[in-house]
Amino acid sequence: MKGVSTWAAPLLSLAILLAFLGIWHAATLPETGRQVVTDEYARLVGGAAATGQKSALPTPAEVGRKLVEHLSDPFYDKGPNDKGIGIQLAFSIARVALGFFLAAVVAIPVGFLIGMSPLTYRALDPFIQVLKPISPLAWMPLALFTLKDSSVSAIFVIFICSMWPMLINTAFGVASVRKEWLNVAKTLEVGPMRKAFRVILPAAAPTIMTGMRISVGIAWLVIVAAEMLVGGTGIGYFVWNEWNNLSIANIISGILAIGLVGMMLDLGLAKLTKLVTFPE
Amino acid sequence: MTDPLIRIEGIAKRFPGRGSADTTVFEDLHFSVEAGEFVCLIGHSGCGKTTILNVLAGLEVASEGYVFVGGREVNGPSLDRAVIFQSHALMPWLTVLGNIAFAVKSRWPEWTREKIHAHCQQYIDLVNLTGAEKKRPAELSGGMKQRVGIARALAIQPKTLLMDEPFSALDALTRGVLQEEVLRICAETSQTVFMITHDVDEAILLADKIVLMTNGPRAKIAEIVVNTMPRSRTRHDLHKHPHYYRIRNHLIEFLVDRSRAFGESNASAGYDPRNPPLVRPGLDPTEAIAAELRPGAPTLVAVR
Repeated sequence: MKGVSTWAAPLLSLAILLAFLGIWHAATLPETGRQVVTDEYARLVGGAAATGQKSALPTPAEVGRKLVEHLSDPFYDKGPNDKGIGIQLAFSIARVALGFFLAAVVAIPVGFLIGMSPLTYRALDPFIQVLKPISPLAWMPLALFTLKDSSVSAIFVIFICSMWPMLINTAFGVASVRKEWLNVAKTLEVGPMRKAFRVILPAAAPTIMTGMRISVGIAWLVIVAAEMLVGGTGIGYFVWNEWNNLSIANIISGILAIGLVGMMLDLGLAKLTKLVTFPE
Repeated sequence: MTDPLIRIEGIAKRFPGRGSADTTVFEDLHFSVEAGEFVCLIGHSGCGKTTILNVLAGLEVASEGYVFVGGREVNGPSLDRAVIFQSHALMPWLTVLGNIAFAVKSRWPEWTREKIHAHCQQYIDLVNLTGAEKKRPAELSGGMKQRVGIARALAIQPKTLLMDEPFSALDALTRGVLQEEVLRICAETSQTVFMITHDVDEAILLADKIVLMTNGPRAKIAEIVVNTMPRSRTRHDLHKHPHYYRIRNHLIEFLVDRSRAFGESNASAGYDPRNPPLVRPGLDPTEAIAAELRPGAPTLVAVR
């Protein structure tokens, strides 16, 4: 990258953003066209509808105003259908965290066992192969029926979808620990627990963390859909509720928030992965 | 006469072949290593050298035969037999000190942190790595990594040291320096060493006895060469000793010619695999006779 300053990429990003906002702005500018309906009807539906506005999409400025509104008071609570975007995000993050944590508690030890023993790996492989491709939302009716609680069901769905990447990566990481490190442990007569925690775990940690990173990404994708289904609280519910309110500006704010939180979750786990990664 | 520290009796390694015939890598190997002795094993690739070392270490099981160390049969790895691996096998997430401390903690789990660190430091100093304690393996050169491997093996104060071509991945200069250090350390600690190599000069520099293996499959021990040069040898003046070229020529000639032809010709020569011939190519004929007449000579103790 000779001759390209470190500012080139951010500047280009900014230019792309401005171009995007410009096109958006131009495409959604209200047309001050002629009134196409009778005066009586125009009074009934409001000015915009009466003049045949080209697009129902808000302008960037409108979305910006909504965003400022949301960010200036993110945690208000005015009843079940009107909560601040911060509260909704917190609900979603809490569900993801809980489901993800439970999945890690199950998947990492089980993955460890599977990775250590080729027999259990072969025995459990068919189950994993069948369960893995099931869309997490397909579990929802079964979860609602057995758990009888929509909030718990959402957490269960997160649990089940976070499970597979962690399980598979842990098993793979543990199974592919270098033979020479295991031989060192053997010649030093290291006991099984010490070997698991001092040799296999650090050796497999980068692979396990990669699995966790994939899991949290999937969990964040799934929670939005799950909350749209179960309703009540959460950013998924927020987006769906705003669709029912036909507030496109709010929907766009919600989408933006989902993206930003997802990015932060990924960055956080990437940082953690870096901590346990060792240079060879 | 005391029992040798390591005694190998008739070990063989066979792999089940496709169809009926098994593949025999080596068979009917007999030899022993005395306490304080430095024994090198030389042979071409594929004769099962690493397998022999792994069997000695307890990491692999021989298809036949037994290995005794200190009078007890080997049936698994032991802290008494430290291994220096060809690929150094350091754990990259630990520092130099951490790698050695891991081994020391395995040997003496009851030791305090301070005691372990002091002990490790002693061996870090021994291999001239003072100052690199906090470095990770990725920050070290190949030679330094192998020094850590040596320190880790020595720090647990094993009865025997098993080395699997420890210097083969290093450049010639680093290799020479490390060979001399191994020589110095082994002399200081009178360590018993069994080492695999394919470098003839390395064997002559380091070993008291050089075990020569024929080519595989069905590799055998052809003979055991006694290094008749004084033990206080250095890389610098090794080649000035009159025995050097005789031993070297003998080894080279074996590796180039006889290692391949041995399989066909041994039956007629009265070869006994249980007692492979002990030869002293370093001596000229008159010296050899004189040596025969002195049964108490140190190099002969190992023979009969």
